[in-house]
Amino acid sequence: MSIRERLSGNEAVAYAMKQINPDVMGAFPITPSTEIPQYFAQYVANGEVDTEFVTVESEHSSMSTCIGAAAAGARAITATSSCGLALMWELLYVASSYRLPITLALVTRALTGPININNDHSDAMGARDAGWIQLFAENNQEAYDNYIQAMPISENPDVRLPIMVCQDGFITSHAVENIELEEDALVKQFVGEYHPENYLLKHENPLAVGPYGISPYYMEAKKAQAEAMKRAKQVILDVGKRFGDQTGRYYGFFEAYRMEDAETAVVLIGSSAGTARATVDHLRAQGRRVGMVKVRVFRPFPFDEIAQALSGCKAVAILDKAESFSAAGGPLFAETRSAMYDLDNRPKAVNFVYGLGGRDFRIEDCTEIFDALDEIVATGETGEVYRHIGQRE
Amino acid sequence: MQNTVEIRWHGRGGQGAKTACLLLADAAFSSGKYVQGFPEYGPERMGAPITAYNRISDERCTVHSNIYDPDYVVVVDESLIETVDVTQGLNPAGAIIVNTAKSPAEVREELGDYPGRVCTIDARRISEEILGKNFPNTPMLAAAVKVSGVVDPDQFVANMEASFKHKFATKPQVIAGNMTVLTKSMQEVQVG
Amino acid sequence: MIHANEINEQSKWYELTPGCEIYEPGTAVLTKTGEWRTTTPHWDPSKCKQCLLCAPYCPDSAIPVKAGKRTDFDFDHCKGCGICYKVCPFQAISFGKEGE
Repeated sequence: MSIRERLSGNEAVAYAMKQINPDVMGAFPITPSTEIPQYFAQYVANGEVDTEFVTVESEHSSMSTCIGAAAAGARAITATSSCGLALMWELLYVASSYRLPITLALVTRALTGPININNDHSDAMGARDAGWIQLFAENNQEAYDNYIQAMPISENPDVRLPIMVCQDGFITSHAVENIELEEDALVKQFVGEYHPENYLLKHENPLAVGPYGISPYYMEAKKAQAEAMKRAKQVILDVGKRFGDQTGRYYGFFEAYRMEDAETAVVLIGSSAGTARATVDHLRAQGRRVGMVKVRVFRPFPFDEIAQALSGCKAVAILDKAESFSAAGGPLFAETRSAMYDLDNRPKAVNFVYGLGGRDFRIEDCTEIFDALDEIVATGETGEVYRHIGQRE
Repeated sequence: MQNTVEIRWHGRGGQGAKTACLLLADAAFSSGKYVQGFPEYGPERMGAPITAYNRISDERCTVHSNIYDPDYVVVVDESLIETVDVTQGLNPAGAIIVNTAKSPAEVREELGDYPGRVCTIDARRISEEILGKNFPNTPMLAAAVKVSGVVDPDQFVANMEASFKHKFATKPQVIAGNMTVLTKSMQEVQVG
Repeated sequence: MIHANEINEQSKWYELTPGCEIYEPGTAVLTKTGEWRTTTPHWDPSKCKQCLLCAPYCPDSAIPVKAGKRTDFDFDHCKGCGICYKVCPFQAISFGKEGE
C-alpha cells in the first residue's frame, strides 16, 4: 500500500536512498543537489542507515570514491549538479568503461557562464556520451520511482553500467508536491541485495580492475560497452514493468501522451513535460489534435520506439533544454530527427531550444510552439529548423 | 488552470516567506488536497526580495512554470509594495493580504488601481504580543487560509496543532503560543 | 569465467571480460617482455657466491631462486635493465649486447 506524502524532489531521492541503504556514499555539496547528501547525512547520524558516508573535497573525489567502492564490491551512490558533474568528467568515463554500476542522482542545472544556479539540461546532456544510462523525471514522484529502479537496471549482469537519475534543479528538486511513497520492505525487496560475481575484496580470486588497453584491445572493449548499452533497453523495460506490477506506476522509455491521433506533437524531457501536458489538454479541449512525447530514457536512446510513436504526425517540435552549439539544433533534436529518418512518411521536424538557466517555460510558450507547428502543416514549409524560444528579441 | 487556487508570496530573504509557503502546502496537503509549494531562486541573500508560490487543487497539477496570474497574493514585508509590483496579474476576484499596521483603505491607496479585496493583518504586533518576537510566518499563513478559504479553517487549526506538536516536540511550551497566534490572526485579519 | 591466458590479440569483443577485468593474480607472467631487451646480462656461476643480492633487485622477477640458490636468468621476462650487473659485489654478472 503506497503512503500518501508530500516531499520535494530532493527529499524524495534522499528518502529512496535511505530505504535502499547503500554501502557507500561519496558526498560533496553543490546547489541544487546539496540537500540530498544533507538529508542523507541525517539518516546516517540517526543510525537509520549503515552507509559509509565519505565526505570529500571535490566531485572528482566523490566519483573516485564511488569507483573505488564499486570495484571493491560495494553498492555506491553520489549526487551532484552542474559544474560538479563537469569536474567528474574524467571519472564518468572510468566508471562506465570499468562497467561499475554506480548510481548518481543528478539535479540538473546550467553550466557557467554566465554563472547561474538555475535549471537546464546542459550538465546531463554534456555527459550523454560518457557511457552512463540516463533516466529523467518530470516530477518528485518520477525522481523517486526512477531512483528505486536504477540499481536493478544498472546492476543487472547483462548491463553493468553506471546510471544517472536526473531531475530538474529547483523546479523539481525544491518544489514540494504530493507523492506516493512505497513501504521500506517493498523497496528493499524490489531493489534486492547487490552480489557482484567478481570484486576486489573477494579473496578467493584476486581481481585487477582498469588495466591498460592497447590498440588491439580498446576497440573490442568499447564494442562490448556499446552492446551492454543496447542490452540495457530490455532490462529497463523489464524493470519498469516489474515496478508497475508492484506499485501501479508503470514506466517505459517515454510517455506518449494523447498521441493516438495527434497531427502535431512536442517531444521534450523533464519538468516542462508537465506544462506541455496541461497545454495539450487545453488545446485538445479546443479540438486541436495535439500530443506530447516525454522522454524518460535518453541513454540508451529509444530510436525505433520514438520514431514509431511520432510516425502518425505531420509536424513535430523537439524541445531542448540545452544548447549544443552545433549551429543546427540541440541534442534531443539530433537524436529524435535521426530516429525519424527511417520512417516512410517522415513528419516535418523543428527544434526549439528553451528554458536555459532557469528561463520559465509557460503554457503560453508551449501553445506558441503548437501554433508554429500548425503553420508548418498549413504551408508545408518547415522554415527555420533551429529556433530558440523565451528569449527577448 | 480551472479549480486550482494559485497563490504568490512576496517576502525578503530570511523572513520565512518560503517557509510560510511550504507550511500552507502542508496544511492543504493534510486536508486532502494536491499541492505545489516552490520558491523562485535568484540571488540567495538575506533581505533580497524573494517570491514563492502555491498551487492547491483537488487534482494533481502538472504545470511547472511560475505563477503569473495568482488568485491571491501575500505580502510578508509591506516595504516591498514600494519596489515590487505585488498586484501584477492578480485576479480581481481574488485578494491581496498585507502584513501591516495600516488599514485596508490605507493600503489600497498605496496599491493603485487593484479592484479586488485588500486585506491587512498586523502580523508583527500579534507575534510580538504573544510570542515576544517577530515571527510573521504563522500570522500570515493563518490570514492566507482565512481569506482564500483553500483549507477549511477548523480543519486547518486542527492540522496545525498536530504539525506544531511534531515540529516543537522538544519545546512543547511554544505550542500554545503558536496556536493562539494562529486563531487570533484568523480573527484579526481585516478585509477591505 | 574467462581466464587471462585465454585472451589475446585475436580475441573477439565478446571474448573479453566486462571492463577488461582480470580475475586472477600474477598474469603479468603471460606477457613475454624479454623481447624488449636490447642489452643482456650474463651470469658466471664460477664467480657467483650465491649472496642473492641480485634477485630481489631485479624489477621483473627474472632471476629464479630455487632451494636457496639463484639459477640462470628467465630471459622470457628479463628486459635487460642491468641493475643486477650494477649490484653484484663479485663481478659475477657481465652486461652487453646479445652474443658479446
